Amino acid sequence: MGSNMAEAHPVGFQWVMEAKARGAKVLHIDPRFTRTSALADKHVPLRAGSDIAFLGGVINHILSNDLDFREYVRAYTNASFLVGEEFVDTEDLDGLFSGYDPETGTYDTSTWQYENGFPEDSVESERHREQSAGEQHGSGGPKLESGTGIATDQTLEHPRCVFQILKRHFSRYTPEMVERICGVSREDFLEVCRAWTSASGREHTAALVYSVGWTQHSMGAQYIRAGAIIQLLLGNIGRPGGGVLALRGHASIQGSTDIPTLYNLLPGYLPMPDARHADKRDYVESIRGTHQKGYWHNADDYIVSLLKEYWGEAATEENDYRFDYLPRIDGDHGTYRTVMDMIDGKVFGYFLLGQNPAVGSAHGRLQRLGMANLDWLVVRDLTMIESAEFWRNAPEIETGEITAEQCRTEVFFFPAASHVEKEGTFTQTQRMLQWRDRALEPRGDQRSELWFIYHLGRILRRKLATSTDERDRPLLDLAWDYRTEGDGEFPEPSADDVLRRINGVDLTTGELLDSYQQLTSDGTTAAGCWIYSGVYAGGVNHARNRTARTEQDETALEWGWAWPANRRVLYNRASADPQGRPWSERKKLVWWDAERGEWTGHDVPDFPKTTPPEFEPEYGEAGPGALAGDDPFIMQADGKAWLFAPSGVVDGPLPTHYEPHESPMPNLLYGQQGSPARKVYGREDNPSNPAPPEGGGDVFPFVFTAARLTEHHTAGGMSRQLAYLSELQPALFVEVSPQLAAERGLENLDWAHVVTSRAAVDARVLVTERMRPLRLDGRVVHQVWMPYHWGPSGKVDGDVVNDLLGVVLDPNTMIQESKVATCDIRPGRRPRGCELLEYLAEYRRRAGVTVETGTHVVTAHTTASDAAATSDTTAPGSTGSHTTAQGTTDREEDA
Amino acid sequence: MSRSLGRMSADAAQQRTAPAAASDAASDGDFRSYYGRRVLKEPVWEWLVPAYLFTGGLSAACAELAAGADLTRRPRLRKATRLGALGGLGASTYLLIADLGRPERFHHMLRVAKPSSPMSVGTWLLVAYGPGVGAAAVAEVLPSRLRRTWLGKLLGALARPAGLASAALAPGVASYTAVLLSHTAVPAWNEARDRLPFVFAGSAAAAGGGFGMVCAPVDEAEPARRLAAVGAVTELVTSRQLDERLGIVSEAYRTGKAHRLRQWSEYLTAGGALASLLAGRSRTAGVVSGLALLAGSALQRFGIFEAGVESTRDPKYVVVPQRRRVDRGEQA
Amino acid sequence: MTVSRESFYGPLDDVSGDAGYTEHPERVGFFTDTSVCIGCKACEVACKEWNLLPDDGFDLLGMSFDNTGELSANSWRHVAFIEQPAPPRESAPAREADAVDLGLPSFDLPGAGTGEETRTDFRWLMSSDVCKHCTHAGCLDVCPTGALFRTEFGTVVVQDDICNGCGYCVSGCPYGVIDRREDDGRAWKCTMCYDRLGDGLEPACAKACPTDSIQFGPLDELRERARERVATLHDRGITEARLYGEDPNDGVGGDGAFFLLLDEPEVYGLPPDPVVPTRDAGSMWARAGVAAAAFAATAVSVFFGRSRR
Repeated sequence: MGSNMAEAHPVGFQWVMEAKARGAKVLHIDPRFTRTSALADKHVPLRAGSDIAFLGGVINHILSNDLDFREYVRAYTNASFLVGEEFVDTEDLDGLFSGYDPETGTYDTSTWQYENGFPEDSVESERHREQSAGEQHGSGGPKLESGTGIATDQTLEHPRCVFQILKRHFSRYTPEMVERICGVSREDFLEVCRAWTSASGREHTAALVYSVGWTQHSMGAQYIRAGAIIQLLLGNIGRPGGGVLALRGHASIQGSTDIPTLYNLLPGYLPMPDARHADKRDYVESIRGTHQKGYWHNADDYIVSLLKEYWGEAATEENDYRFDYLPRIDGDHGTYRTVMDMIDGKVFGYFLLGQNPAVGSAHGRLQRLGMANLDWLVVRDLTMIESAEFWRNAPEIETGEITAEQCRTEVFFFPAASHVEKEGTFTQTQRMLQWRDRALEPRGDQRSELWFIYHLGRILRRKLATSTDERDRPLLDLAWDYRTEGDGEFPEPSADDVLRRINGVDLTTGELLDSYQQLTSDGTTAAGCWIYSGVYAGGVNHARNRTARTEQDETALEWGWAWPANRRVLYNRASADPQGRPWSERKKLVWWDAERGEWTGHDVPDFPKTTPPEFEPEYGEAGPGALAGDDPFIMQADGKAWLFAPSGVVDGPLPTHYEPHESPMPNLLYGQQGSPARKVYGREDNPSNPAPPEGGGDVFPFVFTAARLTEHHTAGGMSRQLAYLSELQPALFVEVSPQLAAERGLENLDWAHVVTSRAAVDARVLVTERMRPLRLDGRVVHQVWMPYHWGPSGKVDGDVVNDLLGVVLDPNTMIQESKVATCDIRPGRRPRGCELLEYLAEYRRRAGVTVETGTHVVTAHTTASDAAATSDTTAPGSTGSHTTAQGTTDREEDA
Repeated sequence: MSRSLGRMSADAAQQRTAPAAASDAASDGDFRSYYGRRVLKEPVWEWLVPAYLFTGGLSAACAELAAGADLTRRPRLRKATRLGALGGLGASTYLLIADLGRPERFHHMLRVAKPSSPMSVGTWLLVAYGPGVGAAAVAEVLPSRLRRTWLGKLLGALARPAGLASAALAPGVASYTAVLLSHTAVPAWNEARDRLPFVFAGSAAAAGGGFGMVCAPVDEAEPARRLAAVGAVTELVTSRQLDERLGIVSEAYRTGKAHRLRQWSEYLTAGGALASLLAGRSRTAGVVSGLALLAGSALQRFGIFEAGVESTRDPKYVVVPQRRRVDRGEQA
Repeated sequence: MTVSRESFYGPLDDVSGDAGYTEHPERVGFFTDTSVCIGCKACEVACKEWNLLPDDGFDLLGMSFDNTGELSANSWRHVAFIEQPAPPRESAPAREADAVDLGLPSFDLPGAGTGEETRTDFRWLMSSDVCKHCTHAGCLDVCPTGALFRTEFGTVVVQDDICNGCGYCVSGCPYGVIDRREDDGRAWKCTMCYDRLGDGLEPACAKACPTDSIQFGPLDELRERARERVATLHDRGITEARLYGEDPNDGVGGDGAFFLLLDEPEVYGLPPDPVVPTRDAGSMWARAGVAAAAFAATAVSVFFGRSRR
């Protein structure tokens, strides 16, 4: 679901085909009939943005028919845990959970806590939301004060146990409702339910695959939560052939979250310190609960080792390992916030390394206007991409909004070496590091990113060497002494040396570390990314392991290296039953070897090696030692998988169907139309199309979705410059159903233009039955799809599809809702120049679009104070949803 | 590509209009294809090749008349047709080389002799045929002062054997071009394989006869008139068979540009043949009818060529007969 | 080299031997299983990269995702995309029994309960076309220069230093594969990566294919594998699966590159029953001989009899 694996991940899709050849059934649930659908056993089309309604229907089907894998659910999930009496579900608040503050548009999660667990104190949801709290909790999940001593009901019948809460929450997600909301027929829906639930139990598993079709929504994290709940109910996590597989957007994107290019994370999913943290102790205490279970309890070891890697000798126990050198964040510094700040004149310089936001990011126009208002911009890329040339070929040149002569931004372009011209690792979708050797020397001035950053740092340090300014100390004290290869003024830094330092070193012996379990907080170890510790275990670069799959078993531990600890299936303790025996012979992966007193199996066991299955920790124990023998989810604070998330997800403890920010449909399940916690930015330069209950939505009557083609690479920087790829998809097109074509007078291969309140985009028409109108709640809704790879540069050019999208974000991840919007489509080409601006203004006038459109996030038919009253932290001054919601917008603009 | 695209409508995939049962698909005009696109490549040859078909045929017929005129002492007919044979051969040689994608490599034709390639056979046929035609023609135009040299004498002595030798090969030259076209996958040519040699031989005879009527005085041109008449009748009769007896492929001959060219060819050939019978001793009438026969022959070649091209553009000429064959379970 | 009737038409066991090789490797070929093709076009790109082919122009064709259109002098692989109604499905009878049971669910195949909103009546076929490397290759037979030749691997290759661009092969091919490059004048087509085969590598397209839709190997093995694959698909209810170009008794003596198709060949732009023109070479020459004789006889006879002079 939400994945077009065959087109976006064709190489990985070979394994789906392999599974299919061996008898697996492949179901594709996606708005579009894609090349993936063509190879699937069944394609079920649904309306873009309605996935939670569908998944909620599946959950309801499982629970109402007792189809869950009860033994697994009872033992390994938090199904039996009781939730506090203060919690109020969406069933009772018309789509809101308890703890909602309409003033800020955020949740206080304190009412979502387990009974008898020590509730988190001073949870500041506001700040959490600003700092993208979901990511902040990283791979370890959010903290709980205590992982032991939670009230449970093993019968799963207590009305406040997670299982019953789940059951009640999803009870209205009936097949009829799925049909009305998603446009999926009852028969198709039940067929999917039957197939999915039959792949459950001791003998069977099913894998769930998603991609950016799920993440790029205003409630993307909740989509994934919904999928994970199903997989947990069916016992499909931690077992071979199971899992929730996130296919990442492109090469090494997984790596760029592990060792992040994100403002709110440090390597290994350690949160970035914020302004509250006076010292390291404060910081560590904010990450972990004092008594929580699992490995996240050892966060101090990880951060100290990281600081030792950054500042080496300069970091000592006396100076708190230079924790004060780390930058602090004090709010939203995400990419979209930054771009708006650029427009508002608050940002002066910008580095773009292998990114082409003028084409590839939502609301391309906003991106270009931002980049045109800088002092300097550095672009490192393979070719002259649009983000390096916007000052002379942006669409805004034609409208007069950018003029080359007056654009103040000075653009520096640095040619980059391609992946075959440099060595290093890719970390791909399956958390696997794979080493690449250099195949060619880069030509001319092309250099690696490593080279650029290393020498930039070196030169900055040289220029500042005599500085006495305190603020230059972090830079000057850096252990910037990577090994280099070759001679001359600008030798290439050694990627191998960097990987060694990421792996980590015992500073007392100089030996490479074998595992993150060796990390300490006493300053005797240094590691650049704790979850990568072990990639260089035994002094061997395991990322370079290349034993063919034909020469090893199917777990293939000898190919590359997967974090953590070369584990291929996370939480694989769950592949054995509570007593430590494999659930079944054909699904065995990891099990307890009683004779040797340790966990063993085909994979590296993801559990304390010698903790026996029957082990019960003392009340109040903490850390890995507090894990019971049947707590497979060792990074969770309570050792269990969370069907219900008492914290860590800022927009609700359970997934709930809300309509997308822009939708032609009212929410048929609740009065609450859209996600109440989504981040909206009501600005003149970021208008929204109206959605119910606002009027004027009929001006943009069609559901719009954008995606990729196999033939091109994201924003086209790596494909539109190449003839062999350009010729395969030479022009921007828009796909419409024959019915919509007839309705709007569109002819195959003729020009048409797609309009939103932000932009109008020209494209050639492809009329295809792959696009099929959906019947929703008695009306027909058409979907329109466009690939987004084109821009004004390159061998083949075209309008920028991302200009059509506005900026509205998932509050957990700060990821934009770019997979669904509303639009209009008309035959013929769009107006050009100033006429285009007038054309769009006329559209907005007809639809009644103002700065406020879409910013009234609360539409539940309960007063906001009802919701707030259920929590202990009633927001003062919340008088009504509409007026208070405006406060959200104001705050955003003030920020 | 744009040409085939022109036919495509919005829901272009013609396969969607296909009937469910494959057996229904083989009736004419109701067949399945890939977006209506051609299955075969169009011949890359342009006007040069049909022009060669004409000049080659003309040369061969002239060589025959020249030999006959030589033996029956018709010097003016002999001279005209010997020169005609050489002219036709020269034009043919030029056309054949000019049509190559790499004309400078024309001699690669002489690397091998391949019986499976009619073009190779034809090349060697022309190589054998050419010297005789050349020697006979040169002897004809040798200035009188050179005739007395030993070379002149030699040429004079060789002229007749050379002419006879070329005449012996001329029937091959006149008819092999039919195999050249038929020995392809081009439906209109391949399906016409049993009839095309007669069309081409007739057309060549008509052209050669016409040439003789134009260039030779009336009192020597009787064989030319006869040859023209027999050739024209043969061409007319067998050409009509192409229109009617080739199944769906006949449509390629009956329609479009091929049809227009061949219709004019028919008018001119029939008219020319009729006029040659009625012309009597009028030189003017002979010249007019000879020109008509020449033009008719040329248009016939261009028409047949065009039918072949058209039969590759439209997939029905490939799909329909083959589909029918498959559905009937016939061996190819 | 012996020229027999089998050299021109009909089954031919040892195609390289027939071409004069006394010792030679096994005949190799492609088996393109279109039932697992995902239409990624990696084959097209890998082919062009390896063989350094020019691009074919930047034209949007509006034919589903096919912007290549057909095989050409510059495109030696071509992925066809066909959007069409799916054939009606009976519930698959034997599949559960035969499929390897991995514990994954079985359920009814698409087809039941088709309403307006469902898409079970629809499918999208993809197929990567290539030169067929025929047992009896029309292009090779008619080539007058010897530029086209049969390799020791049983494939058919153009020597670009010999070809003089006569264009005869273009019309000689019953599949419409080989073509003359406009600005170059010579004929080009798939070589089955002759230069890679010599080094023991598989062709670039097969190497790049992520789902093994394009399989390369000894032709006999591929034929065996293909027949098994068809049987498997038939067992699973995909009764429309059929092989194309696999039969040594067909009009070209069987293809060196053959296919598993899910519809009639013409739907993919392939001729349903191609025949090598050489099959009729004998009769064509015979007819030409008769015509030539008649021509000669006429030419002689016109000089006899009373002249009207």
